[in-house]
Amino acid sequence: MSAIAGVFERCRAEKRAAFIPFLTAGDPDLSRTADLMQAMVAGGADIIELGVPFSDPIADGPTIQRATTRALESGTTMSGILRLVARHRDRLGVPIVLFSYFNPIHARGVESFAEQAAASGVDGVLCVDLPPDEGGEYIPEMRRQGLDTVFLLAPTSDRERIKKVEHQSTGFVYYVSRTGITGAQQELPKELLKESKRLRRRLRQPLAVGFGISTPEQVASVAGVADGVVVGSALVSLIGEHGGSKDLPKLLEDRCRELTEPLRR
Amino acid sequence: MSKALARPDARGYFGPYGGRYVPETLMQPLDELARAYDKWSRKRAFRNQLRDLLVHYAGRPTPLYFAERLTQELGGAKIYLKREDLLHTGAHKLNNAIGQALLTKMMGKKRVIAETGAGQHGVATATACALLGLDCVVYMGEEDCRRQHLNVQRMKLLGAEVCPVDSGSKTLKDAINEALRDWVTNIRDTHYILGSVLGPDPFPRMVRDFHRVIGDEARRQLKKQAGTFSPDMAIACVGGGSNAIGLFTAFIDDRRVRLVGVEAGGRGPELGEHAARFDGGGLGVLHGTRTWILQDSDGQIATTHSVSAGLDYPAVGPEHALLKDMGRVEYESITDEEAIEAFHMLSATEGILPALESSHALAQARKVAPRLSKRAIVLVNLSGRGDKDVESVLQYEAERAERLGVAGDESDPDSGGFTMHPAARKWGGKTEEGAS
Ligand SMILES: Cc1ncc(COP(=O)(O)O)c(C=O)c1O
Repeated sequence: MSAIAGVFERCRAEKRAAFIPFLTAGDPDLSRTADLMQAMVAGGADIIELGVPFSDPIADGPTIQRATTRALESGTTMSGILRLVARHRDRLGVPIVLFSYFNPIHARGVESFAEQAAASGVDGVLCVDLPPDEGGEYIPEMRRQGLDTVFLLAPTSDRERIKKVEHQSTGFVYYVSRTGITGAQQELPKELLKESKRLRRRLRQPLAVGFGISTPEQVASVAGVADGVVVGSALVSLIGEHGGSKDLPKLLEDRCRELTEPLRR
Repeated sequence: MSKALARPDARGYFGPYGGRYVPETLMQPLDELARAYDKWSRKRAFRNQLRDLLVHYAGRPTPLYFAERLTQELGGAKIYLKREDLLHTGAHKLNNAIGQALLTKMMGKKRVIAETGAGQHGVATATACALLGLDCVVYMGEEDCRRQHLNVQRMKLLGAEVCPVDSGSKTLKDAINEALRDWVTNIRDTHYILGSVLGPDPFPRMVRDFHRVIGDEARRQLKKQAGTFSPDMAIACVGGGSNAIGLFTAFIDDRRVRLVGVEAGGRGPELGEHAARFDGGGLGVLHGTRTWILQDSDGQIATTHSVSAGLDYPAVGPEHALLKDMGRVEYESITDEEAIEAFHMLSATEGILPALESSHALAQARKVAPRLSKRAIVLVNLSGRGDKDVESVLQYEAERAERLGVAGDESDPDSGGFTMHPAARKWGGKTEEGAS
């Protein structure tokens, strides 16, 4: 069993959803990313989604776009990110899923990327703009290295697509809560709870829900219908606001603790 | 069926290029779009309606024009210009915009979004939407809004909302990013009229099909006017590659015709200074398609530069990548300076202000025509008119003069303080000092 599957198993035994925070690697610079991940773990992270910055993040809203810019301006590269994971993965003690666009992986060569990612201790990869339909080279290389391949489902996915995504996903399936890009939302879409309940029954993998979840109340309601809750922009904007401050890890840990409060009840 | 039409394969691939590299949210809608396109493009009623609009509204067929003075000036092959600049709104872009806007109606969607670089695709889309009663939002990089502000005003007058994009390089690439974000968000009621043979399947084939009328017409016109279906060479500029594919498709199976695509060489060969993907780029994935792109070693997309906004983009259409591999099309690049010279050359010898994009194709013709026999025929796609570029040309000249340390030209009262480009003097028939 992969470490990711292990987390979901444990959470199921504890009758709670997993908390999966997101941050952009290298925001504000790579030397601080380890501390921020550590703070997330202290605040209750079960799995960390580590974003690989890409120059043209078409699936991201302004908050993560700005984080991406900060990360690239501070000189973040894929090699740097993999070295960071290699140094800290064991100490962190939670699985790391790289959240990337395909081109930085493609540029490195899918085969060598998979090798290096696995050697660094990365647990799984989610490629936002690589649907399983285009995974002809990617999926087998990832399998060979024992990396989980997380694919996305969206409100527009029909039965056929759900089948395809289920077939090719390992670790978990990531359900995008709404048609749209990343970014905190005042309200979650009305259909979301019904939809994820339905999907969760259909899928054999655990289901994590993300995009727009930013408050403890939203975490609580999604946790009732999913195996994992992803929070991205809400944490990334905290990092953006306090990037220069020494207190940032503490603030981040506190925010994560607030968000995971409903999961511990 | 011609080979060109057998491309791409069922998964949207032209050999190893193309595909659908998009977020899951767009996958099912792209399937639906492909099905709608396949269904409607086969229906006689749709094709008739499109043809009617292209003829009576847009002004097709556009003329094929033998540029006699230009030919004499260059002293070699006969130059024929396919006059897409005379199409309504001033560029080839309208062929595709009308086609896709009509398809939008058929699909029952009410809102259209588009990206634009030079503003020509934005204007064409705004026009088609006004004509067919669709809401229209156009994304345009701030840098492009500045250098093509006439087109921004045109779009607004046509009832479109123009959204300036201030991320990244503030040019075409960033406008596409923003359009894709809008599309992902509003997918249920919105169609994205992508403006070139780029993006995920079915866009590259659909946009090609809407533009192939350019080459189909040119071929018949050439037969009538010059007695042959086959020019010795056909030349077109390549931004995403739509006007080029539109011209080339009719000639791809005719091996006698050399096909030449021209990319933007910008200020020079350094990364960031040009947009010549085949000359400094590598294989990558951008905006939904796998193709040649300009990027750094870490897979970050490079910034690009061209004096012409419409060529200022880091990826090339996937079908072009295959045509290059096959050796069927040759790709060259032309610098800003050469394009500006060609702009003046055509303006002065033929009384046609060409778009700066098209000026790249003309500059290539200028290079090769003198070396060809006088009986040879070179067909150039004049993809658009240059009115939108007058300010860019003036600014280029001002910067050039400053670079060279030349003061404003006082001998020429019309120069507005600029030193006229030497090319303008030469072809403009202006009296050189002392020559009168
Ligand atoms: C007149 C003209 N020609 C050419 C282009 C480049 O696009 P493509 O390569 O798709 O023809 C543009 C794009 O804006 C244009 O306006």
